Amino acid sequence: MKKILEEEKTLISLYKKMLLIRRFEEKAGQLYGMGQIGGFCHLYIGQEAIVVGIDSITKNGDQTITSYRDHGHMLACGMDPKKVMAELTGKATGYSKGKGGSMHMFSKSKHFYGGHGIVAAQVPLGTGIAFANKYKKNGNICFTYFGEGAANQGQVYEAFNMASLWKLPVVFVIENNQYAMGTSIERSSSTDAMHARGIAFNIPGKEVNGMDVREVAKESLKASAHCRSGKGPYILEMKTYRYRGHSMSDPAKYRTREEVQKIKEEKDPIDNLRDLLIKNHNIIEKKFKDIDKEVKMSVTEAANFAVESPEPDISELWTDVYTN
Amino acid sequence: MKVNILMPSLSPTMEEGSLAKWYVKPGDRVQPGDILADIETDKALMEYESVEEGVVLELSIAEGSENVKINTPIAVIEVESISQNDSEIPPNDLIKDTQDDTKTAYEDQDINNNEKKQLISNEITHSELTEVNTNNITVREALNHAMAEEMRRDENVFIMGEEVGEYQGAYKVSQGLLEEFGPSRVIDTPITEHGFTGLGVGAAFTGLRPIVEFMTFNFALQAIDQIINSAAKTHYMSGGQITCPIVFRGPNGAAARVAAQHSQDFSSLYASIPGLKVIQPFSAADAKGLLKSAIRDNNPVIFLENEILYGKSFSAEENEEDLEPIGKAKILKTGSDVTIVSYGIGVMHALEAELKLNDMGIKAEVIDLRTIRPIDFDMIIGSVKKTNRCITVEESFPVCSVGSYIASQIMVKAFDHLDAPVISCTGKDVPMPYAENLEKAALITTDEIISSVKEVIYF
Ligand SMILES: Cc1ncc(C[n+]2csc(CCOP(=O)(O)OP(=O)(O)O)c2C)c(N)n1
Ligand SMILES: [Mg+2]
Repeated sequence: MKKILEEEKTLISLYKKMLLIRRFEEKAGQLYGMGQIGGFCHLYIGQEAIVVGIDSITKNGDQTITSYRDHGHMLACGMDPKKVMAELTGKATGYSKGKGGSMHMFSKSKHFYGGHGIVAAQVPLGTGIAFANKYKKNGNICFTYFGEGAANQGQVYEAFNMASLWKLPVVFVIENNQYAMGTSIERSSSTDAMHARGIAFNIPGKEVNGMDVREVAKESLKASAHCRSGKGPYILEMKTYRYRGHSMSDPAKYRTREEVQKIKEEKDPIDNLRDLLIKNHNIIEKKFKDIDKEVKMSVTEAANFAVESPEPDISELWTDVYTN
Repeated sequence: MKVNILMPSLSPTMEEGSLAKWYVKPGDRVQPGDILADIETDKALMEYESVEEGVVLELSIAEGSENVKINTPIAVIEVESISQNDSEIPPNDLIKDTQDDTKTAYEDQDINNNEKKQLISNEITHSELTEVNTNNITVREALNHAMAEEMRRDENVFIMGEEVGEYQGAYKVSQGLLEEFGPSRVIDTPITEHGFTGLGVGAAFTGLRPIVEFMTFNFALQAIDQIINSAAKTHYMSGGQITCPIVFRGPNGAAARVAAQHSQDFSSLYASIPGLKVIQPFSAADAKGLLKSAIRDNNPVIFLENEILYGKSFSAEENEEDLEPIGKAKILKTGSDVTIVSYGIGVMHALEAELKLNDMGIKAEVIDLRTIRPIDFDMIIGSVKKTNRCITVEESFPVCSVGSYIASQIMVKAFDHLDAPVISCTGKDVPMPYAENLEKAALITTDEIISSVKEVIYF
């Protein structure tokens, strides 16, 4: 793994994927501002290294489940940017036919189980998916993502206990971006060591620099090896930062501009990987321009597709409440 | 190429905002992520970031401008193309290109919003009930004042919930309370609904009077066991020894485009639980007077608010001792042809329907329930005995709705007075969809109310 992570080809593909997520999210923010996207819209900008790093070590069939801040997870696990954007705009061509929107999207074929609007609800759900993996002996892991704010919900610990008791193949990925809406971790949590939250349940945990995609990939590979060997769950605390407001409307008074600026300048996962590629691999400016252009084109294509797609037929109101 | 930067929409219910501050001036270079301006709404101050890379050519809206409608051009940025055959489409062109497709969507949205505004202003000008002394107050302010007054009056009253303190409330209902009452009485909780609800109920057992704010009532589902099994039943189970004077409050029902997990009216669910009182006000004066009564009540009270109504102004006289009684409905319009019973945001539609029906020569009596448990059946039955026809209007799901219970009680208590079956107008029997057109179809409309009225009077 270590070797692969030094390879230019691998690094470039990680870079491209992170950039895709960033540009996609910027475009989503823009479409929201234009009224094309409604409701809540939680952008993933700043946290890209986590999902891209983890995706790089998954095996075919591994599942992903997360919260409402889900666009990055979907793009990382290979869902089509066009159909994700179309769901954001509430169109018939979206992953949920326009019925779910930004917070509630799913793709059975990509093993993406949502997209959940209720804080921490996905944690027992992900544990249940892991239960099914063990039941079916399919060798897969469910990567269950949640925020450090969600980590205070009781159901998280109910899930931890069962996951450990029954040795379920689940990696709990705590995306610690330090804020839950306007509440900093210091103001909501008696201890800020999220990776240590499994100690009482005998679940090993690791703090990881979630702004470094190589570090993320390395540590999640270890976690998944632990899971796949039948030893049960593992906690990865990804230290990260959200650049934008919680949703689109956010008073942003709970942190200073300097704080945000400093992280952007010093820790940006995309800029830092780019610097590394220039330094260690002599990648030239032209190559980055090409990547930029390719990514921008796919995002523009997604936006145009989303805007031009038709609304769902009104009869869709009544479908999918039950299955046959 | 030149790109118009448009006034952004920053929240599900935003229609306009102020341009509080510019961070750039003509000639400045901007990168994606650079802050262009501060935009202010009644809810929040927000930073607006650039998604473009380029040079600011012009600021079309001056700093300090108020009531700037969303999508108004506020600045022009010159964006350089990456290469000759660049396919990037600037945001304004994206709109232009697809204007034919999106026009109706935009217009519908506007009509929708204007319609809602229009309704409220009609209500204000037409209502014989609003006080002559016209002080305009929003529902948000009314709720805020109710809590502040009761906290001044009784030091056992405190508020807790997510973001109620430093953030000033997710919907700004608790604005300023932390400043006045300090952190021991205005308590920011972790995201732990089941935990802090139980904690609040325990504190209430000892005589404290907690106001527990749910960021929205959707999240009270996390805490439903403590509400129903602990708060509602302990007085009974203790043979009357232990009381639980607690208020659970927060926005309930559909907001705008927030989809299934964030859009539902829980009135009938709570109303079915003995031991709870359930309130859902429409006007600002009722919001204030009923919240004050709820805080003083010695029983657990579910107080259901509505995000769409928060910003609406009503004329109201403010008086510290104006309490509204729990369990009493209110006749907002008197009429002789049909009774329309509603509550919460349903009243807005009922009043709009009443105006249109009036134009057709149909006189409707509009009753605002205000309290869902206990329901003021005396008033409903009294009205039905006069009009002999009744429909109910609410936003919730139709099955086991408040309206269906009212209909059954009218049948029992006034069967001989009915000239037609009672019709319940509700939201549709589906989870709330996200898509704009589907959401609209899922919600109750004024037209549906009018056609139900026509049905019961065989028009
Ligand atoms: C049960 C529940 N309570 C409250 C909310 C409102 N809410 C949505 S996101 C959020 C903050 C969550 O923060 P965190 O878990 O750290 O995730 P992040 O947004 O930082 O990714 C809150 C309070 C909700 N959706 N569900
Ligand atoms: Mg967080």
